[in-house]
Amino acid sequence: MENIIEIQNIYKKYKNSEDFSVNDISLNIDKNEIYGILGPNGAGKTTLISMLSGLIKPTSGSFTINGLSPKKDNSKIKQIIGVVPQEYALYPTLTAKENLLFFGSLYGLKHKNLHKKIDEALELMGLTKFANKKIDQFSGGMKRRCNLIAGTLHNPKVLFLDEPTVGVDVQSKKAIIDYLLDLNKKGTCIIYTSHHLSEAEEFCTKIAIIDHGKIHATGTPQELVDRVANAENLEDVFISLTGKELRDVV
Amino acid sequence: MLYKLWRSFIKEIQLLKRDSGGIVIIFLMPLLLIITITLIQDSTFKNLEGSKIPIIFIDNDKSEVSKVITQELKDSKTFELVTDYNEKSAQEAVFGGDYQMAIVIPENLTKDLNSNIDSKVQTVVSSFGLDTDSVSKKITAVKTKDIHLYFDPATNMGFKNSVMNAINKMVFEIENKKIYKAFQDQLGTTENLEENKNLISFKEIIPKNGKLDVIPNSVQHNVPAWALFAIFFIVVPLSINLVKEKSQGTSVRIRISPTPYFIHILGKTFTYLIICVIQFLLMVAVGIWLFPMMDLPQFDVSGKMFHLLIVTLFAGLAAIGFGILIGTMSNTQEQSAPFGATSVVVLAAVGGIWVPVFLMPEFMQKIAAFSPMNWGLNAYYDIILRNSGIGNIAKELAFLFLFYIAMIAISLFYERKQNAV
Repeated sequence: MENIIEIQNIYKKYKNSEDFSVNDISLNIDKNEIYGILGPNGAGKTTLISMLSGLIKPTSGSFTINGLSPKKDNSKIKQIIGVVPQEYALYPTLTAKENLLFFGSLYGLKHKNLHKKIDEALELMGLTKFANKKIDQFSGGMKRRCNLIAGTLHNPKVLFLDEPTVGVDVQSKKAIIDYLLDLNKKGTCIIYTSHHLSEAEEFCTKIAIIDHGKIHATGTPQELVDRVANAENLEDVFISLTGKELRDVV
Repeated sequence: MLYKLWRSFIKEIQLLKRDSGGIVIIFLMPLLLIITITLIQDSTFKNLEGSKIPIIFIDNDKSEVSKVITQELKDSKTFELVTDYNEKSAQEAVFGGDYQMAIVIPENLTKDLNSNIDSKVQTVVSSFGLDTDSVSKKITAVKTKDIHLYFDPATNMGFKNSVMNAINKMVFEIENKKIYKAFQDQLGTTENLEENKNLISFKEIIPKNGKLDVIPNSVQHNVPAWALFAIFFIVVPLSINLVKEKSQGTSVRIRISPTPYFIHILGKTFTYLIICVIQFLLMVAVGIWLFPMMDLPQFDVSGKMFHLLIVTLFAGLAAIGFGILIGTMSNTQEQSAPFGATSVVVLAAVGGIWVPVFLMPEFMQKIAAFSPMNWGLNAYYDIILRNSGIGNIAKELAFLFLFYIAMIAISLFYERKQNAV
């Protein structure tokens, strides 16, 4: 076991907010893991991933990625992580290939190597024949797949995914999951948030259930199910730990 | 790093290529603007056939002086004289906005002017102890006569002042002639005193470019002024470009990548700098080839093109810096587009694009000294109209570059501060 992410007592409180969005989280994630961070709306999942990917700074606490501290080695961390945000984050008037050429180049990929990696990824995602079509002509599923490629072209050691399968059809979802499993097999640690509990149960090797900024339980999907009395699946565990109260966030 | 910069530049070019609205704003609108403004400004000073201004002219004198005034007005080719009015109906027509102005020549103007002059000349001649035949006949001076001028209250003040000056000059010349004539008559001399009527004249000495005179005209003024305005107008598409990146989420990808943010800014800078140069070349092309076809003077850039391009690059940098700052600080296109457009119009006004800085109130003149458009305009005018070299405009170029650096520094600082949530 070798931890690629080590989080120690991390807190985040936004300006003009009375509560902590992330409240004293400590977590170690193994380098071969597909780690699911599950929780209701406003639980703190996206805030946690945003801190780890360097988009926002923690109020207090610390973390390392592959032994690197963001305070000292921010650019090195950026080189080894990949982020796939929940929104498409692509230029709609550029083609898939033009988008990928730009985003791939930001990670130091260039010339033939960049073109080769793009062609391979498009092939794996079934987008080769749409490579020269503009993103605004793509369906939701095609955009999601292209969004995923843009965050993974540089073979990151750690990949952060925020709801990667939201709003896509079954075929696209399968293509995305297969692509991620392949990446994990090749050595990428995947940190993943989702509302699809059955998908997480099937896909993740380990899960943390988070609510009100705190971790309520961690373990393999089976360990979590076993831990809660009368639970038959992850959904039962989730309801048991986070309650049935509606979580509307403004 | 160079490859990242290259790809960033290519991305910007591709984004622009597919934004037809942006291309219209960047290239066609300034061309339309420069053609329209130059045509309007040129015709203000040029008497074009068929564009005479109808004015009411009432001649109650019907004698020598009024005939001279009528002839002068006709010769000016600016006015078409409408004569079928009396003073009361003319006043109503002008104040009602039917005509720009009315000129009413009073009764006996010639007769009374002659009497006045004769009386004064007689007094002068007598004081020298000279006795002539005519002196024996004592002439009494009559009260000064008024030529009544009526203006439409909506008439532009500049037009009003220039017409009043022209009439004043006309009357003064008639009076002069009459005085000379009176002296001739009183002294009984046969020498023509009018021969040297302009004892003092003026000659405008214009700057020379080698052996050639540089003659300022509306085109020499308008091409650089409106090229500068167009260059600064890229603030609008550039700021929208940055805001779109925020709303599309692509700016998040850029921020989490290991590529420094300034590479991204440099990519935009190079792209929009090329646009600025193309804009300027288009304006120059219009001035050189299109304007002569439209009966306008040709824009003269002989031997100055390199210097002008240098100014364009520096002015472009200042505009890009400003656009990046607005784009960085705005969250929506509804904020960036109107603010960008309005601020460019304000900068243009303050910078002397519309009204020369020396005509502004003292306070505004002080503010103009801090306007990047004023630095750019002065640099262009120094080259085009004052035949200066790069050394003479080094100060303006330095100011424009420092403005770019300041804008980028504030943008980077703001961006970093915003992201440190």
